[in-house]
Amino acid sequence: MNFKNRDILSTRDLTREEIDYILNTAEKFDKNPQEFSDLLKGRILALVFYEPSTRTRISFETAMKKLGGEVISLGAVEASSIAKGENLSDTIRIVSSYADAIVLRHPKDGASKLAAEVSPVPVINGGDGAGHHPTQTLLDLYTMRKENKLEGVRIALVGDLKYGRTVHSLIYALTFYSAKITLVAPEELSMPRDIIEDIKRIGGDIEETSDLKEVIPEVDVLYMTRIQKERFPDPNEYRKVAGIYRLTPELLESAKEDMIIMHPLPRVDEIDPRVDETPQAKYFEQAKNGIPVRMAILSLVMGAL
Amino acid sequence: MERELRVRPIKDGTVIDHVKAGQALNVLRILGIKPGSKEIVSIVMNVPSKKMGKKDIVKVENRELREEEVAQISLISPEATINIIRNYEVVEKYKVTPPEYVIGMLKCPNVNCISNTSEPVESKFMVTRENGIKLRCYYCERVLSENIADHLL
Ligand SMILES: [Zn+2]
Repeated sequence: MNFKNRDILSTRDLTREEIDYILNTAEKFDKNPQEFSDLLKGRILALVFYEPSTRTRISFETAMKKLGGEVISLGAVEASSIAKGENLSDTIRIVSSYADAIVLRHPKDGASKLAAEVSPVPVINGGDGAGHHPTQTLLDLYTMRKENKLEGVRIALVGDLKYGRTVHSLIYALTFYSAKITLVAPEELSMPRDIIEDIKRIGGDIEETSDLKEVIPEVDVLYMTRIQKERFPDPNEYRKVAGIYRLTPELLESAKEDMIIMHPLPRVDEIDPRVDETPQAKYFEQAKNGIPVRMAILSLVMGAL
Repeated sequence: MERELRVRPIKDGTVIDHVKAGQALNVLRILGIKPGSKEIVSIVMNVPSKKMGKKDIVKVENRELREEEVAQISLISPEATINIIRNYEVVEKYKVTPPEYVIGMLKCPNVNCISNTSEPVESKFMVTRENGIKLRCYYCERVLSENIADHLL
């Protein structure tokens, strides 16, 4: 399978076979990272972040360095030419002449597609607007597979399903694995209609509820998300739904013993810190899995494997 | 054009037939015809039609349509037929066909879409037909299926 020079923009561009191939590659890196410590020697990855996201940024940076590569990054937004009004297209054109691949994070929906059109080197979408975040999805799938909870899994996606980009990306990929999906959200934060229709059209098994308590005993995976204040145009709307779902050890009493709890992090208050001690908590593990998955993606798009 | 005689025949120009009922005024909008325009235009609305139940017809004298105008009409009225009239004769008649994608023709309804910024980029929509026309923004994937005419640039 050849990924050389391929943009990774949306999980919707990937087939099940391609996803499996990336996950298999990630597994190799996960098991023997030291074997690949020179794989990307002499290569440069550019991190172009128009939004703060420490986690995604350092995860890519770590992945690149573990493969022996170098990282350049557009500094704080205010300090760079972005603040002077240079458009994204020009920035990408320039950066792509320095680097072997670009990771872009941008507040506008579809920004990574535009970047990919102007860039001769592969663009990896590190999250654009409320749209896709494919590397997060791939590490989510990797985590589920590692826990033997991917094929035919019963999964609940909980919280902000309207603005939360990680769930938008994840839900498409889950249909490849015949997942039974339950969406748990208040009406104000429900999954956009067109996504639900899309999923149903491709044969996805999907239902909606706003009651977290009733779904906990049913599922193999509980995927929690943060309700993101910055996505709300109106602060009053935010206050109405903030803190609506809070996972506690008490709520988990009805859960299956081998159920796993995932969260893309950072969390606010949707997971009680006491839950961290339960065997079901896998979100820190999940974050750690971002490294081998991003190592796999970087090596593949730079044609090093 | 069974009902064409409701209005007088035209010598030269274009008859747009089988327009989806209610879309005639949007067809005029696409053609840039507004109060003050000098074209001679006849419109018939809600004419009974065997095929469509009801339809609109638009006749424009001394005017043939540009490819882009026909593409736009196909988006709001995918069953429309174009009849080119020269010297009272129909010299060409064809059904519109919606293009696979349209570039720079519509504004994406998503205010946060990268195509609605100062970036040097034109809007781009993929066109699919399933119970009418469905347009999907190439950039943000937002779907546009209702009131398409309101989003024409
Ligand atoms: Zn758009």
